Amino acid sequence: MKLKNIVELLNAKVYCGEDQGDMELISACASDMMSDVLAFVKDQALLISGLCNPQVVRTADMMDIKCIVLVRGKVPTQDMIMIAKQKGIAIISSDYRMYSACGVLYKNGLIAGDQETI
Amino acid sequence: MSDALHLEFEVSGNNFVSAGGASDEVKKTLKMLGIGAQYIRKVAIAMYEGEINMVIHAGGGRAIVDIYREKIVIVLKDQGPGIPDIDLALTEGYSTATDNIRDLGFGAGMGLPNMKKYTDEFNLESEVGKGTTVTMVVNFF
Ligand SMILES: Nc1ncnc2c1ncn2[C@@H]1O[C@H](COP(=O)(O)OP(=O)(O)O)[C@@H](O)[C@H]1O
Ligand SMILES: [Mg+2]
Repeated sequence: MKLKNIVELLNAKVYCGEDQGDMELISACASDMMSDVLAFVKDQALLISGLCNPQVVRTADMMDIKCIVLVRGKVPTQDMIMIAKQKGIAIISSDYRMYSACGVLYKNGLIAGDQETI
Repeated sequence: MSDALHLEFEVSGNNFVSAGGASDEVKKTLKMLGIGAQYIRKVAIAMYEGEINMVIHAGGGRAIVDIYREKIVIVLKDQGPGIPDIDLALTEGYSTATDNIRDLGFGAGMGLPNMKKYTDEFNLESEVGKGTTVTMVVNFF
């Protein structure tokens, strides 16, 4: 699924990565606990989180995650945007709550990052 | 020893924004050296968890990293409060983190287990009141 489709599906605001709309994302994981992301996530490209601080971006970078979706309309801090730009990570924000954001993306074909196949 | 690339980092205990900076540098260096992505991932996870632990549990510390052709040796040294029961600390889900830390996204009690899981050698030495030293090795094969 392309980033621009995800932005559309989630009615999201793009804070960083405007030029990455054609980036392909094939799977996702969702968590507010960064150790969960570090422990259970294999190869995926999208992190959905209600947490909004620089360590979300660091965690994403450590796992080579290229896109962060903030839920509940969270606004990324300047620090987050700065690190994300350096690392080529897109940050978008949606008014959806976590459960709904995940549901919308899953229904539209984005699989979980902790499974080989569905 | 002469073919080792030696890196040292001061890890600040009161800067949550810069936390993870040392792990980031090491990750970049390994990438530059052409180390396989699967090994870089293991190093990144283990070192980042360890770096965060020094920030949230020990008021900062030092990271001493030696990169050889076939492995990386990471030593994380702090002079924090130390760990009274190491076996307990290594249990999945065990954490003494406060709600403050949990609100920052850490304190799931998965850090030390992750570090052990993703490294080929893991050694934790700690003395209450003196500090903690974690030594981790990841082989590049
Ligand atoms: N460097 C350290 N100094 C002091 N205590 C530590 C250190 N690292 C870990 N600990 C202790 O071990 C526990 C478990 O660590 P960890 O598995 O990383 O979980 P978490 O960091 O989520 O609490 C911590 O809650 C803390 O009590
Ligand atoms: Mg930890």
